[in-house]
Amino acid sequence: MSKIHVTTTVNNEVVEFLADPRETLLDCLRDRLDLTGTKEGCGTGDCGACSVTVDGTLVCSCLVLGVEAEGAKIETIENMAQDGALHPLQRKFIEHAALQCGFCTPGILVAAKALLDKTPDPTETEVRYWLAGNLCRCTGYDKIIRAVMDAAAEMRGAA
Amino acid sequence: MSVHKSLPHDAALLHVSGQARYIDDIPTPADTLHLAFGVSAIAHGEITSLDLEDVFASEGVIDVLTSGELPFENDVSPSAHDEPLLSTGDIHYLGQPIFLVIATSHLAARKAARLAKITYHDSPPILSIDDALAANSRFEDGPRIYGQGDISVIDSAPVVIEDSFEIGGQEHFYLESQAALAVPQEDGEMVVHSSTQHPTEIQHKVAEAIGVAMNDVRVEVRRMGGGFGGKESQGNALACACAIAAQRTRRPCKMRYDRDDDMIITGKRHDFRITYRVGCEENGKILGISFVHYARCGWAQDLSLPVADRAMLHSDNAYHLENIRIESHRLKTNTQSATAFRGFGGPQGMIGIERVLDHVAHRVGRDPLEVRLLNYYQDHQDHSVEASGGSISSKMKTGPQTTPYGMEVEDFVLNQMTADIVDRSEYQSRRNAVADWNARHSILKRGLALSPVKFGISFTLTHLNQAGALVHIYQDGSVRMNHGGTEMGQGLFQKVAQVAASCFGIHMDRVKITATDTAKVPNTSATAASSGSDLNGMAVKAACDTLKARLCAFLVDRHECRHSDIQFKDEQVWIKETAFRFEDVIKQAYENRISLSATGFYKAPKVAWDRIKGQGRPFLYFAYGVSVSEVVIDTLTGEYRILRSDILHDAGKSLNPDLDIGQVEGAFVQGAGWLTTEELVWDAKGALKTHAPSTYKIPAFADRPDIFNVSLWDNENQEDTIYKSKAVGEPPFMHGISVYLALSDAIAACGSRYPHLDAPATPERVLTAVQRVQRHGL
Ligand code: FES
Ligand code: FES
Repeated sequence: MSKIHVTTTVNNEVVEFLADPRETLLDCLRDRLDLTGTKEGCGTGDCGACSVTVDGTLVCSCLVLGVEAEGAKIETIENMAQDGALHPLQRKFIEHAALQCGFCTPGILVAAKALLDKTPDPTETEVRYWLAGNLCRCTGYDKIIRAVMDAAAEMRGAA
Repeated sequence: MSVHKSLPHDAALLHVSGQARYIDDIPTPADTLHLAFGVSAIAHGEITSLDLEDVFASEGVIDVLTSGELPFENDVSPSAHDEPLLSTGDIHYLGQPIFLVIATSHLAARKAARLAKITYHDSPPILSIDDALAANSRFEDGPRIYGQGDISVIDSAPVVIEDSFEIGGQEHFYLESQAALAVPQEDGEMVVHSSTQHPTEIQHKVAEAIGVAMNDVRVEVRRMGGGFGGKESQGNALACACAIAAQRTRRPCKMRYDRDDDMIITGKRHDFRITYRVGCEENGKILGISFVHYARCGWAQDLSLPVADRAMLHSDNAYHLENIRIESHRLKTNTQSATAFRGFGGPQGMIGIERVLDHVAHRVGRDPLEVRLLNYYQDHQDHSVEASGGSISSKMKTGPQTTPYGMEVEDFVLNQMTADIVDRSEYQSRRNAVADWNARHSILKRGLALSPVKFGISFTLTHLNQAGALVHIYQDGSVRMNHGGTEMGQGLFQKVAQVAASCFGIHMDRVKITATDTAKVPNTSATAASSGSDLNGMAVKAACDTLKARLCAFLVDRHECRHSDIQFKDEQVWIKETAFRFEDVIKQAYENRISLSATGFYKAPKVAWDRIKGQGRPFLYFAYGVSVSEVVIDTLTGEYRILRSDILHDAGKSLNPDLDIGQVEGAFVQGAGWLTTEELVWDAKGALKTHAPSTYKIPAFADRPDIFNVSLWDNENQEDTIYKSKAVGEPPFMHGISVYLALSDAIAACGSRYPHLDAPATPERVLTAVQRVQRHGL
């Protein structure tokens, strides 16, 4: 099948790639742009490991076609640390031991950041339900929730 | 010292920044090929015709292999040689690999794999435990039987209870699905990157599959995105397929299962039926008990025998059962080959006796906690008190008590731990509050349960209890270490690095942790049986001790001091009152031609086990824990929530408390998932219908208990383990049993009977159980 030329902005950089029109954004990020921080856990929109934002909206990149990225602004886990400094969420994940195998971690961080960007003072219940689409098989979730709540508190303090 | 400290996971920084590489993230040459299996559409029968024309013609396909084209061994089993990589014509389960597609992309391979035209001669599949019993389809000639005493005491017991229940299997659902990458080298050598808990077995099977010696194959594992036992043997097929294709095409070959393929092809936790007949006193003291285990093992033997053995070995859990018989049937069915999964049969054995305890308590009308305490083994200091002639408390004191398999329980601590958690969790007042609530509410009912864990640590196959390590010190004083254990998220690498740093008295940032590599440490055991840090920590310590001995000999000579004058601490080497920087000592040692590289080896002492007789000491020690869970159920819908769980867990003197608590929390949630929402459903033809997270429900963020308190019990291991710690991977999984028992307790509040409740206790099952209990009136 003939490939389609896509121009898009990923992590503040304009990039171009050729995509098979059937290819997902997840595969384009990983295979065409070598941004392998975004993971595939299911490929069907049920695990959240592939979370990225497209024009500020949290999406499962396994459910978006690469060609749909044309003209959009995409952010991935690779852009979360700025100028070499970790985002508070990233720091708190390390501090609270909120990761084990780490495979779910990028997706959960991207999703949690999308929540805190909109809702800087979430309740624990809000965090739990916002992240309901992100599966983690290792941690049992408790430390992740604490890390997110703590990061939110720190970011409010800093603001 | 770096040990006993809560340091973050060794790769935490890489994980949060998306830089940690899993198999599918490793940069590969542009000419890398991708593989997919074509699988069977029936569960039992024979292939009558196989037309691959459309597969070959599909876009991007380079080659398609069937069993006839395999160059050497067609076997990916761990030991029994009963698991062909590709079917030779016989079909044993729905999803069995039949042919291998080699294509230019992952998608192209997967699409092509669907295009084969296959006709079959169908045979009726053996799917259920009943099917297998009717057909006498089993592994081993007949059941294994372990036990002690005389179970005829049941017949004359004042109270006799009999029942049977079923426990479903469980999908591992490691977030990273199975994956492998083979890169051909010069002179026939092969490098394999595999997401596996068992690099040596991958090396062994790949060598057989491509007809070379093991020294021609190097397997490297940096990390897995979760394993849980599912990557102990199930990665063999992908690694062998990649190596065969790479040898054939002379190009790198990669294979990763799509989630659905992973769930349809690979093995899961064994599902069990457990029947029990128990005789006890009016107070609930068990006099005799008989269990029959029926384990559904799937089509190939894989690790089913030791799994079913371990279920038997945990049929006593925390209770001293003097008259017990356990009979275990290992049934062969036309389903995925059930495999290792965290606990390795232990959870199934344990839930059997835990249900019995609650059932007994319900029948004799006592609190299940009292009945548990009445039947517990005695704590270890009880017999030491007796030995020293001290006062003898109300319990009988007759030295260490013996398990049904002849091992003395020398380190029991559950009496103390239980007293502690009863206190912390306010068990007694909550027990009253639950009764009070249930008296006042008819729609919502609450349930509360306490369950203990006593889990045996060691591989029951005794020779596996060995490990090797390799430690280098470079001339600048930096250390690089390697061992046979694999990192799957459990924090093994960090714990073992903490051991190395502690040995040399240096900071963690001097110690570099490297990928597991069969070229550095050979003949390793799987990272399994919770043994990772016990075995590899000791092996690394042995290597460090060798290096320290060489350094000491050099210093004794040079400074004319005694060995005992030398200490490694605070980044320095102390000789009496004088301190030398670690790197300076290393530099001098190097210049004086002291070897700064050493291997280390460890074998666990004391263990010896005869699995046919069911006698011996299979375990070096036991790890303990106890949990209390409270649930609420809706009697109109069967829905429920976990309101609160309190866990106290024994990790010995923990090497890293944060990592260990993380293991406990994750294991509990996974264990609760096994017994509540995680339901595997096969249809009448043997097709697994729950093969994606859309239909198979592992716990999610919202399922964690509202109140969740996890603590470690400070308890030095009595055995000489690495810095007195205990293994922590599997034991806390079984804290999930308290959730299942709490659900049973809530259902029991709806009527007068102890409910029949199969696991997983899905809302449908809870509702059915409620209605059954209600029908029998109050
Ligand atoms: S991979 Fe996209 S949601 Fe699971
Ligand atoms: S840390 Fe392994 S899946 Fe979340």
